[in-house]
Amino acid sequence: MRALLRRQRYLLDYSLSSLARRPGKHLALLLVYSLVVFLLASTLLFTQSLRREAALILADAPELIVQRLVAGRHDLMPADYLDRLGQLRGVSDAYGRLWGYFYDPAVKANYTLLVPRQEPPVPGEVRLGAGVARTRGLGVGDYLSLRSARGEPFSFRIAGLLEAETELVSSDLLLLNAEDFRRFFAFPADRFTDLVLRVRNPSEVRKVAEKIALALPDTRPILRDEILRTYDALFGWRQGLIIVLLGGALLAFVIFAFDRAAGLSAEERREIGILKAIGWETGDVLRMKFWEGAALSLTAFLAGYLLAYAHVFFFAAALFAPVLKGWAVLYPDFRPLPFVDGLQVATLFFFTVFPYTVATIVPIWRAAITDPDQVMR
Amino acid sequence: MPLSPALLALTLASLTQAGLLLVAAGFALRILRHWDLNSGSERQLDLERRTYLVATLVAWVFGANLLSLLLFVYNAEQLSTQFVGAMCATGVLNANAWGWPALYLKMALFFAGATWLLLNRVDNQAPDYPLVRPKYALLLLIAPLALAEALIQWQFFSGLKPDLITSCCGALFGPDAQGVAAELVGLEPATSLAALYLSGLAILVVGLLYRYRGWGGRLFALLAALGFVIALAAIVSSVALYVYEHPHHHCPFCLLKTGHDLVGYLLYPPLFTATALALGIGLIRIWHRVPSLAGVIATEGRRLVGLALMFFGLFYGVATWLILRSNLVLLGSG
Repeated sequence: MRALLRRQRYLLDYSLSSLARRPGKHLALLLVYSLVVFLLASTLLFTQSLRREAALILADAPELIVQRLVAGRHDLMPADYLDRLGQLRGVSDAYGRLWGYFYDPAVKANYTLLVPRQEPPVPGEVRLGAGVARTRGLGVGDYLSLRSARGEPFSFRIAGLLEAETELVSSDLLLLNAEDFRRFFAFPADRFTDLVLRVRNPSEVRKVAEKIALALPDTRPILRDEILRTYDALFGWRQGLIIVLLGGALLAFVIFAFDRAAGLSAEERREIGILKAIGWETGDVLRMKFWEGAALSLTAFLAGYLLAYAHVFFFAAALFAPVLKGWAVLYPDFRPLPFVDGLQVATLFFFTVFPYTVATIVPIWRAAITDPDQVMR
Repeated sequence: MPLSPALLALTLASLTQAGLLLVAAGFALRILRHWDLNSGSERQLDLERRTYLVATLVAWVFGANLLSLLLFVYNAEQLSTQFVGAMCATGVLNANAWGWPALYLKMALFFAGATWLLLNRVDNQAPDYPLVRPKYALLLLIAPLALAEALIQWQFFSGLKPDLITSCCGALFGPDAQGVAAELVGLEPATSLAALYLSGLAILVVGLLYRYRGWGGRLFALLAALGFVIALAAIVSSVALYVYEHPHHHCPFCLLKTGHDLVGYLLYPPLFTATALALGIGLIRIWHRVPSLAGVIATEGRRLVGLALMFFGLFYGVATWLILRSNLVLLGSG
């Protein structure tokens, strides 16, 4: 065992010194290799963190949301539906929500107006998401003026800003009082935007949803699990799409790697010839080349992955964010939580190291079977 | 098919593996027809050189297969959020008819690959390469397996429709279900644990006999294969229960979750490695009468059986530890 390890160590030693002797040749490959890993790893890391963020946010979301549909369109919910739903067995809590969108022509952006259930602001005051505050240049104590649905000007005093940690969801948010909300939008008093049900036992959620669909046929129950699943599928799909698009780059890289490995210089051929003349076997040359590839791959993989890690977690994935996040006028400033995932590293391995190795096996073998007398003559 | 990166990676990997093995199979045909070590012809020289290429390719393919086996299970685990009713890998593998066959084929390919590599290793140590023909004939059998694996995995992935209502491990491994899984669950913990330890004892005894007396190599392989099946059955029917501390949770995949301290990674890799080594011993024993191999097989056999016993020991040790540390009482009144 020890002899085997020592043998591999010497081979590795030799490969490293051989790499160091021709730094220029390998630098280009290393650069391209790292770049490919970087691109793929950035995509994977960023979408994965979006998924996690969505899951974290939705963890506290209600189990069931009920919306009313009229002619297939989302409509306002009559308040008396609330009593009928609250009596369903398994529902521990039911309440109506008030929320809506408002287009602000001053900054050409949509805000989300919402009446929070807990600690709503006092009438005349609002709490603002960081994105809105940034775009309008507002701070605590300032006044925000908007035109209501009836065309009257409305002035809100800013009581506070929302925490930056939740910016992905709260960037465009404007929290206000129920009375203000109804007056601002001229919202009927006996209506809600939608209803929310809390179901304590997760295995009863589907049953409750079924009952709702039967009792109130003009409504549509939306399960939290369904939202989560959709996000998961959506982000996974975007990730896959980018990878398919990067497939071209990957193919180019494979061809490049093949070409590099195939185009041995006369000097390298001579070197292999000499090695074989002094007693190296074909297997040894293969092993030496394998270590060379492993050293290159490991360096490129680590460099690319670390760069991607920094890109995503320290620079908020500046290169890809617009495509992967979706689009909105008020871009949230989103700092994902750093993490490393085994599945991702393995996936990345199959997209980079695996094709690289497959592409270089044949050229390496060709080099390894060289006859000493052929190249030294 | 959900266009997720892990699925793309697995598909890419299995298609490449199947492609490479097909190339290797083409070469195997040439070997079977033209190999003649005594000839000095150019063709023979070329064949000899190509064996290096093919052996390297095949080693890579099997290495990649091992990784893709892990990725497959891990990925199934992660996909479970996208299917209604699926709570872990079991639910995802049940999403259509191809899930379990894909997993079984991957496992079969793993064992085939590991035994082939052992055979190759032994053959390379004899000066006259006496096993070249059997080795490449075996490769001809493995290549269709890889092809089937790639195709069935593709069927599985392309048939995955998120939203489909699938049965989770609760339903598959529940008392009302039918089929192999339900049979496994139906086993009494006492029976399965007794079988587990008896098979372990038999493996140990025969393994030691083979190591020190040189008897019973093939019996060892047979017992190990049997022990592997018994071990999997025991994991489903009792060891898993001890880990989850729940008398009705039988899932073999939830063991791989962080919530259960990733103990699955302590159980499965030693079990798979040990079984692969034992199967390899059984295979190479077939040629122990070949003069140039007799010595090699004797030494290799002793070494391999030692390793296999070590990994089996690790597996049984971990399983016992899991049972002992558990608060669940399945046998007796505690």
